[in-house]
Amino acid sequence: MTITFRRETFRDDYNFSNSAVGIRRFPFPFDRDHYMYAVNIEPHVKGHPGTIYESLIDVDEHYVAEMQDRALVLAEDPLRSQSLPHMELAGWDLLELLMEQLAAGYPAHFELRRSGKRWRWVNRPLGIDDTFVFGAASTLPYGPMEYITRQAQGDFCILDQRDGNLWMDAGMVTTQADWSLDFDLGMNFMEWHAPVPRAHEMGVFDRALKFMLNLGQGQPMRRFNWTMTVNPRLDTSPETYPKWGPDRRSVTADNVGDKVHLRVELQSFWRLPRSNAIVFPIRCYLIKLEELVTVPKWARRMHRVLRDLPPDLVDYKGLTRWRPIAVDYLAAFDDGAATSPGIWPD
Amino acid sequence: MSAPSIAVRVSEVAAVTPLVKRFRLEPESGGRLPAFSGGAHIAVEMQDGAHRRRNAFSLMGSPSDTTGYVIGVRRHDNGRGGSRYMHERVTPGTMLRIAHPANLFPIDGRARKHLLLAGGIGITPLVAMAEQFARDGQPFELHYAARSPEHAAFADELLERFGPAVHTHFSAQGRRLACASLLAEQPLGTHLYVCGPETLMDEAFASARALGWPEQSLHRERFAAPARGLPFAVRLARSGRRVDVGADQSMLEALEAAGAPVASLCRGGACGQCETRVLACDGTLLHADHYLSAAERGAGGKVMPCVSRFAGRSLTLDL
Repeated sequence: MTITFRRETFRDDYNFSNSAVGIRRFPFPFDRDHYMYAVNIEPHVKGHPGTIYESLIDVDEHYVAEMQDRALVLAEDPLRSQSLPHMELAGWDLLELLMEQLAAGYPAHFELRRSGKRWRWVNRPLGIDDTFVFGAASTLPYGPMEYITRQAQGDFCILDQRDGNLWMDAGMVTTQADWSLDFDLGMNFMEWHAPVPRAHEMGVFDRALKFMLNLGQGQPMRRFNWTMTVNPRLDTSPETYPKWGPDRRSVTADNVGDKVHLRVELQSFWRLPRSNAIVFPIRCYLIKLEELVTVPKWARRMHRVLRDLPPDLVDYKGLTRWRPIAVDYLAAFDDGAATSPGIWPD
Repeated sequence: MSAPSIAVRVSEVAAVTPLVKRFRLEPESGGRLPAFSGGAHIAVEMQDGAHRRRNAFSLMGSPSDTTGYVIGVRRHDNGRGGSRYMHERVTPGTMLRIAHPANLFPIDGRARKHLLLAGGIGITPLVAMAEQFARDGQPFELHYAARSPEHAAFADELLERFGPAVHTHFSAQGRRLACASLLAEQPLGTHLYVCGPETLMDEAFASARALGWPEQSLHRERFAAPARGLPFAVRLARSGRRVDVGADQSMLEALEAAGAPVASLCRGGACGQCETRVLACDGTLLHADHYLSAAERGAGGKVMPCVSRFAGRSLTLDL
């Protein structure tokens, strides 16, 4: 499969958009007309062509632009990529996983040739052709995690497993929904989830941690998370809040369809074989409301979900200021008809 | 749900001592096996007549070698039959199915030094750890306690491979492993990994605690092979079926054989994956796991079918 990569930006003039095909393959996260937390975990297995599950590590039309945006973020703030000293082996695990998945899923764009420990990696969209020794960080321009995650869409957290807990000891985080790797680095699973409302009382994190600790090799899992973002900005981090926080006041009835985006995270979990760590890719997908409403089922359901969202979740997700405008906009596309089960377009 | 199993062919069998054999398993279809981490194990499926067994064995090859896995199996003639099956029935060319590696005895990569203590066949996971430390240039020492050199499987090759990092302690020669003095001389930041008889593991942990080692620095292989026991039956509430558990069979194996599988990982009472709800119990649950707390056992609402058994009139599970 050959992808035509879009020229677009996630800052300044914000000329990001989805093609018609890109809209159809968007991972709409709501399988019913209301939303509440659930440990909505399922096996991460391949799905139909034309969906984001076509390959387990998805590459889409935004790949090149997203990698350029990541490079800009890192140039301004190198601490978006950090790996504690004991996590280098996990970095090699991740490098192998991503190179294998990219080469298998998109042979027209990526190629991996191994000759013992000597590996050659070709990334045609980014113009990379490197030969290196697997396991020898000095043969790469960056550490193994940073090297490969500069070439893969989505954020990556690598969790060390010890003492019956998971520890966020490495990561590449530049497309995040308002959280900071630099702040969370070294925290355990319960510590970094502490700010999430409701879920602790529901026992969600106790169950999720227990599940994650037993995550098996060769058996990746996935779940969705979501929020909404004003302007198609990938880097909505606490560090850059002054650059994007005020945008929340810029939404009007005239621009809401273009400015407000549903932001969906496909989170997957993979046991890394050599290090016994877990990698947690958080892949961010953006869609404008005016793109989303071109799918009638999604328009109806989005309206109902956003209208009925509990107030504490509205605040936690940062939607408070402009939500009424978005609900009014979506209401025009909701005729009250029943929606079909599941997430896919009718 | 579990990842699909992997088909392997036994490429080599070697008698290492009268009681221990080493097996090398290679991918049936060529190519590579999944990489693994020091301390990991695999479950090996054996079709032993009417019984399908799954025994867990530590991987003892180099974690860098993905062309084949190596396991060391000590024969237990009073066990349930898995090790006997491996010794008597498995020869070069035998096809087996194995699960993906899993690690319930992982290395802590933050350690400044790794101190490995093995008793008897407990050596196997520590060999893979030593390989990993040697590859990654991490300081380690391996201490191997056995009755005599004839009982110390793999000791010669370990000495040859890792030289002065390996120390043997043979009680029959009057050189019993002295945990307290060995631990007392370790530098700060050392992590302890011990695998062998319960008595050795308890002694090593007690010595370390007496010396003030932090709990986070102490690691032991937790899983134990399921024991034989008296036959019993369980009732499955959802299907109303009755499943008989034989003397040489674990409850988990009996459920799998009956087509009522329960998700499992360590198959040795350590990980908690196979936790099953007990709906009714007229009799005694014979808990043998390391997972359930005393309070959970007291409440009687859960059982780990991989190692625990039952004695009494009837047991009903939420399956």
